[in-house]
Amino acid sequence: MNLTLLMYLIPSLIMFGCGVYGFITRKNMIAIMISLELMLNSVDINFVVFNRFLFPGQLEGMFFTLFAIALAAAETALALAIIINVFRIAKKVDINEINKLKF
Amino acid sequence: MESVGNIILYFVIALAIIVFSVLTVTTRRILRSATYLLFVLFATAIIYFQMDYEFLGAVQIAVYAGGIVVLFVFSILLTHRPGERADALTNHRKWIGLSAALLGVAVCGYSLFSYANFCSKTLASSNGLDIAQLGHFLLSTDKYGYLLPFEAISVLLLACIIGGVVIARRR
Amino acid sequence: MPLSYSIAVIAIPLFMFFFLGLVGVKMGRKTTGVLGVCAMLVTTVLAYGVALTYFFGTGEGQIVDGVRQAVTVFNPDWLSFTKTLVVRMGIVIDPISAMMLVVVTTVSLMVHLYSMGYMSDHEGNAEKGFQRFYAELALFTFSMLGLVVATNLFQIFIFFEMVGVSSYLLIGFYYSSPAAIHASKKAFIVTRLADGFFLLGIMVLSFYTGTFDFFGSNGMVDGMDAAKSAVASAGGATFMGCSVIAWALTFIFIGGAGKSAMYPLHIWLPDAMEGPTPVSALIHAATMVVAGVFLVARLFPLYVLEQGAMEIITVVGAFTAFYAAAIACVQSDIKRALAFSTISQIAFMMTSLAVSSADGGLIQIHGGYGLGYMASMFHLFTHAMFKALLFLCAGAIIHAVHSNENSDMHGLHKYMPITSIAFLIGCLAIAGIPPFAGFWSKDEILVACYEKGLGWGIWMSMVAGLTAFYMFRIYFLIFHWKEHKVHTEHKPSDQVWTMTLPLIILATVSIVAGFVPMHDLVTWDGAALHTQLNWTVAGTSVAIACVGIGLAFVMYYKENPLPSKMKNAFSGLWTAAYHRFYMDELYQFITHKVIFQAICVPIAWFDRHIIDGFMNLLANATSQASYSIRRMQSGSVQAYVYLYFIGALLLAGVTMVFVLM
Repeated sequence: MNLTLLMYLIPSLIMFGCGVYGFITRKNMIAIMISLELMLNSVDINFVVFNRFLFPGQLEGMFFTLFAIALAAAETALALAIIINVFRIAKKVDINEINKLKF
Repeated sequence: MESVGNIILYFVIALAIIVFSVLTVTTRRILRSATYLLFVLFATAIIYFQMDYEFLGAVQIAVYAGGIVVLFVFSILLTHRPGERADALTNHRKWIGLSAALLGVAVCGYSLFSYANFCSKTLASSNGLDIAQLGHFLLSTDKYGYLLPFEAISVLLLACIIGGVVIARRR
Repeated sequence: MPLSYSIAVIAIPLFMFFFLGLVGVKMGRKTTGVLGVCAMLVTTVLAYGVALTYFFGTGEGQIVDGVRQAVTVFNPDWLSFTKTLVVRMGIVIDPISAMMLVVVTTVSLMVHLYSMGYMSDHEGNAEKGFQRFYAELALFTFSMLGLVVATNLFQIFIFFEMVGVSSYLLIGFYYSSPAAIHASKKAFIVTRLADGFFLLGIMVLSFYTGTFDFFGSNGMVDGMDAAKSAVASAGGATFMGCSVIAWALTFIFIGGAGKSAMYPLHIWLPDAMEGPTPVSALIHAATMVVAGVFLVARLFPLYVLEQGAMEIITVVGAFTAFYAAAIACVQSDIKRALAFSTISQIAFMMTSLAVSSADGGLIQIHGGYGLGYMASMFHLFTHAMFKALLFLCAGAIIHAVHSNENSDMHGLHKYMPITSIAFLIGCLAIAGIPPFAGFWSKDEILVACYEKGLGWGIWMSMVAGLTAFYMFRIYFLIFHWKEHKVHTEHKPSDQVWTMTLPLIILATVSIVAGFVPMHDLVTWDGAALHTQLNWTVAGTSVAIACVGIGLAFVMYYKENPLPSKMKNAFSGLWTAAYHRFYMDELYQFITHKVIFQAICVPIAWFDRHIIDGFMNLLANATSQASYSIRRMQSGSVQAYVYLYFIGALLLAGVTMVFVLM
């Protein structure tokens, strides 16, 4: 039995589906961020796996993942800072109740 | 033909990813959710190791597991009381999320299986990746050099630091 | 004096309007009054100078072959519609405009002077808006002066409207009284209605003739040839059997009839008595009501060529003359009686203009259609003087007894001798007793009417007799009848000199105005018209007038039961006449019951339900659609992500179907 490309893509796909589900259903902003991380991570896996299986001599996928991790770290840090700030003002992290800016 | 250890490792990882991903988005305790995320990230790191991208795996563990998840935990502890549970999902909401997720999985899965021959590629042997070589790639302007994105990320991180300071500052 | 000074005649009242209107509030009432009177005096002197220069001056080549030419002082382009159709604003001096300058400024000056006394107090209190009154007087004078010197139809129309506006302001001067507001509204609406026809007439006329101008190279009434070519320009186009030019002229006459209070558009004039009495004098004598006569006179050569229009004017004028005279016989409010007398006299002028082409021939100029025109203008001139006199007398009386009803007056002769004599002179003048002014002009009118036909002449003579009767009825009821009962603590007496002086001046003018050689000066074509007194007509008319006066003397000089007996004998007729033959009620019925119910209500319904309904439907549909898709813009990021994701999946699915098939 061989490990094929497909076998790595399926867990990644399921992880992405979970991310989508979590992003849409969760009300807690931090939980939404966590779902976002899941989706990002599944994309990272895809990059790496495609790189490794299809173009073993090159490193684009790997570098892309590297930069994506950096980006994700920056984005999460900033988002969490905003969330904490919002919490300081509104005493809530529920996305449906943070609607002051809507009107 | 893969070694049996590799195959077993794969199945363990795949199972872990699937189970913990699902648990991450279904648990009602946010701190557990962060913990399950940590497990998923570890499993991902193991995939990278399996792919012979050791540096990437190390980064994954250091940045994601060491950095981001710790940030999550901090912010969760700042904003939640211990043991606080989120409200149960309404059916309506659940169905919307499920439909989107399942539809996505179905469409992507269908496309994956329709490219079966292309997806059945097996793992080619690699000659490992040297960290020094990686450094050269990152700071080179030649073909396959990544100096420009590297600098762009640096500026982005700087901007993030400033942004974080500005946002977090008390007025 | 150069004729170009006429610009100042127009400009000074306009300036005074702005000056007194804007600065007047800061000035004392005395300053305002003196300033207004002085400015008007200067205007009057200039107007006299211009008129005398025009009529008697030798310079500037006004007289060519014994015919006095119209002089266009200046005439710049104002609006250019097309190359040929240009609206100009200018000043033209011709016989009638020169005469009108004199009439308007004289009466206006008298009214200005008189108002200083009359408007100084209102029922014991200091009059509010004294400065406003003078500003509006100046505006009124300016509008009328601009009208008479207009060089084209469009300018006349503009000033016609301005006369309407300023009369609206002045009639509604006591804007706190509902009656005054209704009266001013009524005057404005009725004249506006007529002006609509006027505008229609202007459009039709200018469409065919291609010009608005009266005089000059393409003037439409610059001599009979120009008028002929103007009528010919219609090219025989007809509408409902009449030529379009006749239609246009009839419409223009309706416009003039509105201003001149011809039946059935006269209803606004009696109500206009709600304004201060000097305003009534100004409206009735010199400005507003003669505008219509002036308009017809201005387009006289065209009217002569369209006999159909002339017939209409004759009938309307003759009927109005009698109708108004009959009503005037029974009115108890002296101002109303005078108002109906005005309507009757204006109708005299209109009739006189309209009978001007008795035999329809254009050859018989002298004594033919020229006579009525001259008579009409002559009567306009003399009537302005004695009607202003009568109104100012009435104002003085009202000011003295604080009432309009003649039952509150009776026997004032003892208390107000000067006013009484002035009023008597006015009555004699209007009744047509020689040598007073009215005799000369009315005589010419009657001659013109007899030339038109014996019937018309007899009819108008009868109306003239009626005039004498009702005027002396008013006179006797005010000044004699019985001893005056003093109602107030103040005995009525002649008023302050500012009010008495204009009466004396106007009385003098009323005596001598008849000797102005009008037939040499004011004729339709500028050529002197040689007339002589027709003793047959003059004798009869004087006799009829004397009968009228005698009847009035018998009935009203001393208190006696005759009038009430007459009243009871003809009670139906008397009541009908007293209620002005129910014309106002008829209008009320037509507008409220017929027009409102049958036309306005359905139109309003249509507007409200169909037009608005359609718009509301659009709005509601949009609103409903927006409301139903509003939920898509929830502001929830998750919903957006969901929609985005579904959309992306659909796209991916479609792509896949196409790629994999």
